[in-house]
Amino acid sequence: MLRRFTAGRSIARRLAQGQAQPARLFSTSQPRKADITLTVDGKEVTVPQGTALIQACEAAGAAVPRFCYHDRLAIAGNCRMCLVEVERSPKPVASCAMPAMPGSKVFTNTPLVHKAREGVMEFLLANHPLDCPICDQGGECDLQDQSMRYGSDRTRFHEITGKRAVENKDLGPIVKTSMNRCIQCTRCVRFANDVAGVEELGTTGRGNDLQIGMYIEKTMDSEMSGNIIDLCPVGALTSKPYAFQARPWELKKTESIDVLDAVGSNIRVDSRGVQVMRIQPKINDEINEEWINDKTRYAYDGLKYQRLTTPLVREGDRFVPASWEHAMDTIRHGLQSSGAKGDEIKAVAGHTADTESLVALKDFINRLGSENLTLDQSLGDAPPVTGVDVRSNYLFNTGIENVGEADAVLLIGTNPRHEAAIINTRFRKSYLQTGAEFGLIGEDFDSVFEYDHVGTSPSDVEAFLSGKAVKGKGKGENDFARIWKEAKKPLIVVGSAVVEGKDGAAVLKAISKHVLANEKKFVTPEWNGFSILQRAASRAAAYDAGFTPSPTSTNTTPKFVYLLNADEIDPSTIPENAFVVYQGHHGDLGAQFADVCLPGAAYTEKSSTWVNTEGRSQLGRVAVVPPGASREDWKIIRALSEIVGSPIPYDDIIQLRQRMWDISPTLVRYDVIEKPSLEFIKLGLQLLSTPPSTTKAASTTPFKKPINDFYRTDAISRASVTMAACSKAFTKKEYDIASVDEAGSAQASYA
Amino acid sequence: MIPSTSRLVRPVVRSLRASTSQSRSLATVSDPPVRHYGGLKDQDRIFTNLFCRHDHGLKGAQSRGDWHKTKEILLKGDSWIIQTIKDSGLRGRGGAGFPSGLKWSFMNKPGWEKDPRPRYLVVNADEGEPGTCKDREIMRGDPHKLVEGCLVAGRAMNATAAYIYIRGEFYQEASHVQQAIDEAYKAGLIGKNACGSGYDFDVYLHRGAGAYICGEETALIESLEGKQGKPRLKPPFPADVGLFGCPSTVANVETVAVAPTIARRGGAWFAGFGRERNSGTKLFCVSGHVNNPCTVEEEMSIPLQELLEKHCGGVRGGWQNLKGIIPGGCSVPVIPREVCEKALMDYDSLKDCQTSLGTGAVIVMDQSTDMISAIARFAKFYKHESCGQCTPCREGTTWMMNMMDRMVEGRAQEREIDMLLELTKQVEGHTICALGDAAAWPIQGLMRHFRPEVEARLAQFHAQHGNVLFGGKLQSEIDSRFAIPDNLGGDATRTIAAIA
Repeated sequence: MLRRFTAGRSIARRLAQGQAQPARLFSTSQPRKADITLTVDGKEVTVPQGTALIQACEAAGAAVPRFCYHDRLAIAGNCRMCLVEVERSPKPVASCAMPAMPGSKVFTNTPLVHKAREGVMEFLLANHPLDCPICDQGGECDLQDQSMRYGSDRTRFHEITGKRAVENKDLGPIVKTSMNRCIQCTRCVRFANDVAGVEELGTTGRGNDLQIGMYIEKTMDSEMSGNIIDLCPVGALTSKPYAFQARPWELKKTESIDVLDAVGSNIRVDSRGVQVMRIQPKINDEINEEWINDKTRYAYDGLKYQRLTTPLVREGDRFVPASWEHAMDTIRHGLQSSGAKGDEIKAVAGHTADTESLVALKDFINRLGSENLTLDQSLGDAPPVTGVDVRSNYLFNTGIENVGEADAVLLIGTNPRHEAAIINTRFRKSYLQTGAEFGLIGEDFDSVFEYDHVGTSPSDVEAFLSGKAVKGKGKGENDFARIWKEAKKPLIVVGSAVVEGKDGAAVLKAISKHVLANEKKFVTPEWNGFSILQRAASRAAAYDAGFTPSPTSTNTTPKFVYLLNADEIDPSTIPENAFVVYQGHHGDLGAQFADVCLPGAAYTEKSSTWVNTEGRSQLGRVAVVPPGASREDWKIIRALSEIVGSPIPYDDIIQLRQRMWDISPTLVRYDVIEKPSLEFIKLGLQLLSTPPSTTKAASTTPFKKPINDFYRTDAISRASVTMAACSKAFTKKEYDIASVDEAGSAQASYA
Repeated sequence: MIPSTSRLVRPVVRSLRASTSQSRSLATVSDPPVRHYGGLKDQDRIFTNLFCRHDHGLKGAQSRGDWHKTKEILLKGDSWIIQTIKDSGLRGRGGAGFPSGLKWSFMNKPGWEKDPRPRYLVVNADEGEPGTCKDREIMRGDPHKLVEGCLVAGRAMNATAAYIYIRGEFYQEASHVQQAIDEAYKAGLIGKNACGSGYDFDVYLHRGAGAYICGEETALIESLEGKQGKPRLKPPFPADVGLFGCPSTVANVETVAVAPTIARRGGAWFAGFGRERNSGTKLFCVSGHVNNPCTVEEEMSIPLQELLEKHCGGVRGGWQNLKGIIPGGCSVPVIPREVCEKALMDYDSLKDCQTSLGTGAVIVMDQSTDMISAIARFAKFYKHESCGQCTPCREGTTWMMNMMDRMVEGRAQEREIDMLLELTKQVEGHTICALGDAAAWPIQGLMRHFRPEVEARLAQFHAQHGNVLFGGKLQSEIDSRFAIPDNLGGDATRTIAAIA
């Protein structure tokens, strides 16, 4: 659907390709540009050549006000707030649009500059409504802040014609618009076009009638749309779910990690009291830059609904609230009376299980004599085909930061837009800026970049990688097979669903053989073009911790099942007469099968370790206390182990983290990626290329997308009202565009 | 008023002369003979079919000398053409008056041959400035001059193609230009091996959609690329990154169209007209209250009064009936009669008069004109044509228009005149393109020369309706039970009516 391309862009792309530098084989670092020195307010500052003047001013410690300029977006230069004086320039210069010149003398604090900025501020405020008291941006509004410095204390605008009035737009259940407040900085337009891939958002009209909108009445269908709320320097775009909920100064800000996909986006949890009020992105250039997707941002209201707040014990066909002692005792009884021995005790870890509890649960189950540690995915009962001995076999080895360097990307059985929306934005960036080419083997999806659909099934993977033509493909200028052969930095992204599928071993065999055959391109000291894209936050940690069944335990029928946040289970894997414990924070699918429910803490309520798809471990922090009687997950397991009679040998988090260190030091080396040696990577690939002889040949069954509804993938997002609205609007396309100025509540008509 | 540079220079010249000439006694002071400009002879006219009296097609054009030995011009090479243009002193005819030879030479930076990108000449035929009607006459009567000019100018900057961006409303003009392009292709004058010179050059015509802002060079490029016509940020300048990301130069129709004639007749011939640094001939389009409005080619530096009297039959009702003249299209300040008497129609003289030559569109207004209303109409025009991209222009043009509309009526306070002037200063020089400046200047010109008239208008209104608050509300309309905020101007104890 989004594969329409304007002449301008394709030309720009062609030019970008035409100007592409010759391949650098020995170094991937960008050639360092020469430094230049200039003077800002009498202070010498040295910056790399090509730096914008505004950045040079920042480097010199001179704050320059701005509205339209944003480091991560294209430069528009239209707000004119960042005007500075440059020696020998008769007019003030927009510092965001002007490259820093060596030897130039810049002044940011002269009467000319002040006059200019005050003039611009007066113009901005002329048509801006004076509704700060009822504006949600209040307290974090750039216009408010800067008018304190550059605004007049009283207005000169009294025209009888009045202020400009603009109709509000309905962009969907997330972005609330109040277009009277818009100052036409076009940050949202640039974000939507360059990052999110919503090319419909743009400007219509001209002069004072210039408006931001979708051209026609339609919603902004993007999983990244929430970011335009952050980008908006005024209150024109605010958050619908957060509307009139809180003021920024009331909120406690906690920096943490997102767990709703495997990217591990850095977030800031804003809370008031025991409630998470909103989630904002935290800048991390190596992962999410400054963006987060809408699920990360808005699933937080799911933390309020469907929570398990007290232990529950099944009595007949209903759950009865119980004390912790009673619940634990029931489990002890259940374990004994079920008669489970050895591998008949089974643990299932879900998508949002944190690393600490995974390690504790593994130790606990192992102590009970079982190796039956499984995951809630298809074929999760069996040892993973990637193995867990070589990390590079199940991680996104390329690194999120580096995906933009790939010149040809082959996506196998994955939709990065839904499985890792942040990585998808990086793909779009490289698609637009460096002209990267994309190929897909798998189910078609609504993409924000153009791709060549070269196949659908596991056997197509084998065919494509062995150079055979797939289904009459292989003709024309944009033939991906040719591009793939010529690629200097090829990247294969294998979806987690492929690895979990029946054909996982066969597909990985074909891929690893291809990678090994072209190892000079794929596996070099600075490039690793073989990546598995996980989609569950806990998966990489589970593999790292060895939370996998032994081959013998696979076929055992369990008598005691311990579900740790496991809500994606296949109900048929739980025997009717087994004793089931569910530990988790939401009463979702897993809890339905439980004999005892133990209320755990959600990711905002515990300080725990998360390993993202590239193998980077990060520490989440406590933003609010767990509700009711719920407790941190690893503590529950520790307590249970004591009651059951085989206590695990750590009493506090420090000892637990030491235990994690013993298992794998990477689990507690926070914020860095441990890079394996080339030999080890190749060894892993060799393991993949020689699967057990029982492996079946790749089938022709087409790959299926694992995520059909991006907004409802886990217990938290399924409990979220906002996500339900998004699902209805964007997945089912059943959103009724309201005439926002007329409809709605009294509040809506005010703001 | 800033003293004119010529006046500053003259004493020095005089003393030099005094030292060389022997026969002059101390008492005699004789100025060097004053050269009188104007009175362009017919044989020196470049545009000989301005009034469409002859055939505009290829045959007619060739009979008037177009396409004569164009091949030889092309074969002389880029640096020869550029040097000729430099020698001729040609300055851009689109309004800014940038020396053309210099501008074209930016395309030939050292090492340009290694750049694999195509290079474009973009001809700005989006003539939309109120009062200006010179390019359309060229394109209607002498389209071959333009096409040949594209080739010559394109050769000078080693361009691979020329795009003529013509204003959408110019239907007949576009037809004539397209006809000329087709004829030239057919005759082998352009296209592959243009004129047999071995140089390949294409000319494309593109019709705009009628936005004034698309006459700004970078907005024109954007529009040509298929985007919204909004000016780009400079740097990078079009000579580095222009149309489709390639080196480009945007030039006015008249600038391009005179190039072949200059190349044929020599730079010195062209430089022989007009004052130094203002050389050449120029199309002047005179409109308004003259007896015979016309577009005429004249020598640069012709006195404004002479231009009107010689070609336009003088101001309606005699020179004394003149109120003011806008000498360069609606974006330049108006000058009153006394200034008009001194003004020469060239870049420097008009600059000294605190106005500008602009496009050479002389708008004459006699005493019957409501000057405030005229300028208010310009403010409305700029409000309508602002692209809305950058803040000062987007907000400022609307605000200025609203204030001007009130001034027409008189519904304003005297202090608001100064506020309006301050607003124009806040817009001027703070925008991406020059439209902001263009919107500010007419108002500044009005207040500079016709402020008493504005004040009289205000006084008249105040006398009728009582005090007016800032923003145009009448004090009598205000509920007197409430205090009026002091920034509404209600504290003005005396109204302007009382002063007057």
